[in-house]
Amino acid sequence: MIPGEFDYHSPTSLADAVALLDRFGDDAKLLAGGQSLIPAMRFRLAAPETLIDLNRLTDLAYVREQDGHLAIGALTRESALEESDLVQRRYSMLADAAAVIADPLVRNLATVGGNIAHADPANDHPAVMLAYGASVIARGPDGERAIGIDDFFTDLFETSLEVNEILTEIRIPAPSGTAGGAYVKVERKVGDYAVSGVAAQLTMDGDRIRQIRIGLTNVNPVPMRAADAEAALAGQLPSEETLEAAGQAAAAECEPSPDLRGSEEYKRDLTRVLVKRAVAKAVSRARRAQS
Amino acid sequence: MSRHTITVDVNGETQTREVDARTLLVHFIREDLSLTGTHIGCDTTSCGACTVLLDGRAVKSCTVFAVQADDRSVETIEALAADGTLHPLQDGFWEKHGLQCGYCTPGMIMSAKHLLEKNPDPTEDEIRQGLGGNLCRCTGYNKIVEAVQYAAEKMLTERPSGATSAERPSGATATEEVEA
Ligand SMILES: Cc1cc2nc3c(=O)[nH]c(=O)nc-3n(C[C@H](O)[C@H](O)[C@H](O)COP(=O)(O)OP(=O)(O)OC[C@H]3O[C@@H](n4cnc5c(N)ncnc54)[C@H](O)[C@@H]3O)c2cc1C
Ligand code: FES
Ligand code: FES
Repeated sequence: MIPGEFDYHSPTSLADAVALLDRFGDDAKLLAGGQSLIPAMRFRLAAPETLIDLNRLTDLAYVREQDGHLAIGALTRESALEESDLVQRRYSMLADAAAVIADPLVRNLATVGGNIAHADPANDHPAVMLAYGASVIARGPDGERAIGIDDFFTDLFETSLEVNEILTEIRIPAPSGTAGGAYVKVERKVGDYAVSGVAAQLTMDGDRIRQIRIGLTNVNPVPMRAADAEAALAGQLPSEETLEAAGQAAAAECEPSPDLRGSEEYKRDLTRVLVKRAVAKAVSRARRAQS
Repeated sequence: MSRHTITVDVNGETQTREVDARTLLVHFIREDLSLTGTHIGCDTTSCGACTVLLDGRAVKSCTVFAVQADDRSVETIEALAADGTLHPLQDGFWEKHGLQCGYCTPGMIMSAKHLLEKNPDPTEDEIRQGLGGNLCRCTGYNKIVEAVQYAAEKMLTERPSGATSAERPSGATATEEVEA
């Protein structure tokens, strides 16, 4: 199937892109990697009158550490995360996610900014960014603002971006020496969205978990943190009983819907197991980083 | 609706055409340029039969607009034996029986070409991962993996400078052990 008709703009500066978005507002859509938007347009689930293609804004594609955080330009492709030595070395949870998002062909186009801005609870980056406690930089006609990730996802496919704002950068706090993280995902086959996915990022205090954030993929209408599971783990030794309690808490607090990927009950139980695996892996990475 | 004049380097030749904004790159390649080696196998960005190289990177051409290829380069399966000599990958698919119906083959080969450019000496697992975006309904994949291994070996021995595999990140993998 082919998409409906639209007008196409391909600005070469961020200022021009913002001006176009401000002018066309709700009738326009930004086009980044196109790997969610174009399939939706082909099914006529999306029929924007105007497309504003961001792909000529090549200076929005970067991954670098600065001022105590990892800055990821919105137009950074997933494949660039896989190829980034910095990400592979210091941001294990992000590296885990980049390797299991879609398939290599999709990853050559799909962008990190698009993945988050799309706010699809099935996407993998929202949970990862929730677990990192990332922030998102948005640019509108009146300038730039930072949005904490906890305030970013407001509803299914809805974010706190204004209609005339472009997401330009994602900032992940740089890990301390006692930090570890992991993303684990179960999918039916290569390239599929998660049946469930769990992102866990923590810091250790000796043998205890000092602080932890957990994000869940595709088991809730809105990308969510597993706050009850976090509370079960913070300040605790990562014993089998504690992990089990955290897994059960996460299974209870999410709201998966039954579909081709499984029943509600199955998804809850899978989430329980994946919380345990993700936390165990994050702990072992944190210990290895310290030793 | 908007129409756009685009200039695209396709297999080394400059092509200038007028397209609708909504024309997909795969339709531009097949219908406007009559290069029908690039296939369409699905409606859902799932199969990879439409794989081409866009500025050297393997992408699904059914999920890119032709207008986005303006001023960029596209390489399709037709580029590979342009001078009448089979590319080592084509050779590999021939020698190792890497195809049955052949529908997935152009996409497989273009994906494999990008893979070998990034990683000239891949392990079996890296080949399987690297071709993860391409579906085959006939072969069961083993012969395709052998075909790519054959090509990699041939390309490595033919490469005069003995270029080695690029340094790869030693990041965590799925097989990493989990301690409780
Ligand atoms: C076969 C297949 C399998 C997939 N599997 C997975 C998977 O397992 N996990 C996963 O996470 N994803 C998966 N995806 C989705 C893929 O990662 C998408 O690329 C991603 O969801 C959107 O990124 P994009 O750059 O392609 O954005 P686009 O499709 O271009 O845009 C998506 C939406 O975000 C908006 N947008 C884009 N960029 C910005 C910006 N900078 N500022 C504001 N708004 C913006 C667009 O207007 C649009 O509404 C899959 C896709 C396919 C086709
Ligand atoms: S035709 Fe199936 S992915 Fe493009
Ligand atoms: S050979 Fe028939 S689909 Fe691959």
